[in-house]
Amino acid sequence: MSKKLIKGNIALCEGAIAAGLHAYFGYPITPQNEIPAYLSRKMVELGRVFIQGESEIASANMVMGAVVTGKRAMTSSSSPGISLKQEAISYMAGMELPALIVNVQRGGPGLGNISGSQADYFQAVKGGGHGDYKLVVFAPNSAQEMYETAYDAFDLAEKYRIPVMILSDGIVGQMMEPVEFNRPDKKEFGEKSWALTGCAQREPRSVQSLLMKDGALENHNIKLQKKYAEISKNEVRCESYETGDAEVVVVAYGISSRIAKSAVKLARKEGVKAGLLRPQTLWPFPSQAIAKLADSKAKFLTVELSHGQMVEDVRLAVNGKTQVEFFGKAGGGIVNEKEILEKIKKMKLGS
Amino acid sequence: MNKILSKPESLKEASLSYCPGCGHGIIHRLVAECIDELGVREKTIAVAPVGCAVFAYDYFNFDVTEAPHGRPPAVATGIKRTNPDKFVFTYQGDGDIAAIGMAETIHAANRGENITIIFVNNANYGMTGGQMAPTTLIGQVTETTPFGRDPKREGYPIKLCELLATLEGTTYLERVSIYNPKNIINAKKAIKKAFQCQIDGKGFSLVEVISNCPVDWGMTPLDSIKWVEDTFIKSFTLGVVKDKIEV
Ligand SMILES: Cc1ncc(C[n+]2csc(CCOP(=O)(O)OP(=O)(O)O)c2C)c(N)n1
Ligand code: SF4
Repeated sequence: MSKKLIKGNIALCEGAIAAGLHAYFGYPITPQNEIPAYLSRKMVELGRVFIQGESEIASANMVMGAVVTGKRAMTSSSSPGISLKQEAISYMAGMELPALIVNVQRGGPGLGNISGSQADYFQAVKGGGHGDYKLVVFAPNSAQEMYETAYDAFDLAEKYRIPVMILSDGIVGQMMEPVEFNRPDKKEFGEKSWALTGCAQREPRSVQSLLMKDGALENHNIKLQKKYAEISKNEVRCESYETGDAEVVVVAYGISSRIAKSAVKLARKEGVKAGLLRPQTLWPFPSQAIAKLADSKAKFLTVELSHGQMVEDVRLAVNGKTQVEFFGKAGGGIVNEKEILEKIKKMKLGS
Repeated sequence: MNKILSKPESLKEASLSYCPGCGHGIIHRLVAECIDELGVREKTIAVAPVGCAVFAYDYFNFDVTEAPHGRPPAVATGIKRTNPDKFVFTYQGDGDIAAIGMAETIHAANRGENITIIFVNNANYGMTGGQMAPTTLIGQVTETTPFGRDPKREGYPIKLCELLATLEGTTYLERVSIYNPKNIINAKKAIKKAFQCQIDGKGFSLVEVISNCPVDWGMTPLDSIKWVEDTFIKSFTLGVVKDKIEV
């Protein structure tokens, strides 16, 4: 199988293309600019659609238009741009449209800076836009996973009719790593019973989130919640590393999980039983895996490039059964493995 | 007995939620008749706005999607670019198209998207209770211009057709009205021509329909029609603003 040394952002493009990406719509912002630049050539060469929208708002709404006809479409941006897309994302959640939205996170709040960050966790998993909805949120930590999750995202999105977000960061996006193109080009996309394709030989369809009739919106929300429960049951992805006998379990995703893994290895070398639990989906969150480890009285150290967002979900999963600590930096600072190692050792001593 | 007039196939059997005397109903019928006559109903994908026409999917008998307030031209772009063989139009009010959605309007027009926009200009925000719109006339009293629109405070009415005419990407732009039968016939001609422009692959077309909103204007339907004729169209001149179809 072919292997190529490429940036995470490019790997993501290749995964989406292999999955049959029909149209891309986006607006420039660092650190995701490799994505529109790469696709502006690639999509046109493939006879597919590429548009540089006039804004993130327009781009997200163009995605809505493409997806409502059953076509595979995506947009990508970075933190401030993702804020602008939220209205469309909420609409697509309500309209049950399987779009792909990529956030290559940068530092915030506000214009912040362009270094890698993980401060948009709340925005991604707790809603972001208005209303009671969820997105499936993937958190790849390598170029290989950027490729694979971009590929898998569309099938999952269509299976449940839900928008999917890939929550990456400036470091994973721009890091070069060998990627194995291990997914076949998708050719069959199947009929979609809800898509707007023109009403030839069938009754007209409409796709909408506005539900004004008595009880209609209430019922729609109940239906959405059932779907979310189903996804929570079936689609959690996480990686466990040396958690079996761990006394301290580090929980980290994306770029932090790479650094945390090195720290866990260093700890093991020093005889400290540490492990790593890495959520690959941030929603649905691997709460059960965490709860199980909490039963064995392992302590938890959550590491993020933020001042503590995912740690709230770790605490909810642990539910007071054991100690949960946090270590993180935001706004451009990168945690290093020595610092994490010190935290692990301190927690171990405290036992 | 010979039936000489019947409901267009492109309209559903539904009672409209528009206020009595509102122009939206007439414009819906004209759009539906044109789609029937052009034979494109089965390949139509329309985009409804946020505004009084938000329920358009309950009235039009073809595929219709929702779009956020002001974003129909972007949604239509996404539809048409991925489905160039489909017939795509948006139906939008003045607030939708020229305030919150101005960027989407200008850029879809500037890209020369091969879509059609039916723009219903009623000089105020109907759905939210009659606030000032970008097209509110100077001196016009609305919910949010209680002293009348003062250009020093609120700027000037936007003439969207003239604005879009400066863009090379636009092909056909016409302003019409529906305040009497003669104008209704003219409006239908313009809508049909704009639709044909898209069918022939000639690019961006927009028809601005000067309409009435009796309820939010605080007038009887008859007075509102008279106001369109005596005042509204004095400020928004009717006629073809741009026609590059034959070029
Ligand atoms: C983002 C957003 N802002 C505001 C609104 C509230 N809103 C609904 S319709 C509307 C104005 C509609 O006026 P217009 O486009 O002129 O159409 P009309 O109702 O007159 O036909 C507004 C401001 C909304 N739904 N969404
Ligand atoms: S508020 Fe005005 S535009 Fe809206 S339905 Fe009533 S009359 Fe028509």
